[in-house]
Amino acid sequence: MSNAGFLKSSIGKKVIMGATGLFLITFLMVHCFINMLIFFQDGGETFNKGAEFMGTNWLIRAMEIVLFVGIILHIVQALVLTLENRKARPVPYEKINGAANSSWYSRSMGLLGTLILMFLIIHLKHFWVVSRFTDHIAHNEYEKLPGQETLFKEMMEVFENPMVVLVYVLAMISLTYHLLHGFQSAFQTFGLNHRKYTPIIKKTGIAFSIIICTLFASMPIAMHFGFVK
Amino acid sequence: MGGTTGKNINVTVKVWRQRNKNEKGSFETHDMKGVSTDMSFLEMFDVLNERLITEGKDPVAFDHDCREGICGMCSMYINGRPHGPKNAVTTCQLHMRSFNDGDTIVVEPWRSAAFPVVKDLVVDRAAFDRVIAAGGFVSVNTGNAKDANNILIPKPEADEAFNAAACIGCGACVAACKNGSAMLFVSAKVSQLALLPQGKIEAEKRVLDMVHQMDVEGFGNCTNTGACEAECPKSISLENIARMNREYVFASANEKK
Ligand code: HEM
Ligand code: SF4
Ligand code: FES
Repeated sequence: MSNAGFLKSSIGKKVIMGATGLFLITFLMVHCFINMLIFFQDGGETFNKGAEFMGTNWLIRAMEIVLFVGIILHIVQALVLTLENRKARPVPYEKINGAANSSWYSRSMGLLGTLILMFLIIHLKHFWVVSRFTDHIAHNEYEKLPGQETLFKEMMEVFENPMVVLVYVLAMISLTYHLLHGFQSAFQTFGLNHRKYTPIIKKTGIAFSIIICTLFASMPIAMHFGFVK
Repeated sequence: MGGTTGKNINVTVKVWRQRNKNEKGSFETHDMKGVSTDMSFLEMFDVLNERLITEGKDPVAFDHDCREGICGMCSMYINGRPHGPKNAVTTCQLHMRSFNDGDTIVVEPWRSAAFPVVKDLVVDRAAFDRVIAAGGFVSVNTGNAKDANNILIPKPEADEAFNAAACIGCGACVAACKNGSAMLFVSAKVSQLALLPQGKIEAEKRVLDMVHQMDVEGFGNCTNTGACEAECPKSISLENIARMNREYVFASANEKK
């Protein structure tokens, strides 16, 4: 007798979760750096160049496919794990004092993930669908055809709506908490728990989650209130 | 330690009653008057049961054996935590001084698909035994007792193996985990052997077989909340889970199949 296959085992599934999660984290870094170009205060010229590069470079386009596969794997695996975990406790407790032994966000990864997913759908519709599947987006101000906008202008327009800004900010708060647990959790899943390195990983995870999500959230806020020219 | 408070308190105990595995259970409420705060939690249940027996009623079934924190039998989920409000103790080591006058105390069995309720607070933890039987051993011809220090083991490894071996198989980790995962228990049992030269030889097969059995038993998947470590009466470390993950990944990669 032996194992029914690594990917079907509980640990195998967790490794997929962690690997896709960490991959998504590297994507977040790249995405955040590029988007920070809006703060050049040059009417989006630098940002539009960055967006054009991301939209046309073959390596980035290939990575976009990997990214989608990664997100889908992460979501499917999250669903499988969550359903299995529900089955593992068919009769619920009458009284649970979860705060005594774990953080609320570590116990709410599925919920936080679902909020992120809902945001992702809205977000992709706002920018990805418009720039990939319509002729609405021009690479820059000079090549603009009538009726077209640059991606920068499109952002400015989308973030005029305060409700949209609110949704983005709430989503970034969800992402912060998802990563506060997820970042260090992925290393534990890979078997990296070490007296010397784990405290560093944990601190890096906290700093990463807060910094990246605050930067992301600052973009719709800044555009809405006219801090970006 | 041991300071006598000599106080008596009144508490209300709301306890799960279930006749057998198949019948649906429900909560039953009992007023306990004048409970000495020096009593252990199990002694409070003894008093309750004496009363129930005198009244001609069925006493509350609960597991217990050593009553000194070493056998792991005393499974009770008390006010939302396995083994009650104190860290790193079993129910038998919990005293009524940890409660206040007028408290309502909710007592439930471990809730896990892999630990079916036998009666009231007693659950069947044979799933743990089957995990151990799948690989939690060293296959050696034991023969005569060997001299101590025949095989030299560095002190840090010996200590770590010893800490893992402190697991008493109580199942509080499963009970505490929101996913009903048995990773802390299984990883302690994998680690106590994998860390020592005698156990290393079979380490790969052991981790594959034990994790497989753990999955078959219907325990949930770990999401690293850390609830198990916080509730474990023997403070078994999450490092053991990381070690098991590591061993499992490498053993799967090396598997000749
Ligand atoms: C799109 C919807 C998403 C859903 C439904 C979701 C759900 C989950 C769930 C249920 C877990 C497992 C719980 C745990 O391990 O503690 C998890 C873990 C994780 N997620 Fe997500 N997530 C989503 C998006 C993301 C995104 C966008 C990122 C990163 C940018 C991310 C990063 C992580 C990481 C790093 C882990 C930890 C993996 C591990 O513990 O091994 N997730 N996610
Ligand atoms: S790891 Fe701790 S909580 Fe789990 S069975 Fe062992 S002693 Fe009990
Ligand atoms: S009765 Fe043995 S540990 Fe509590």
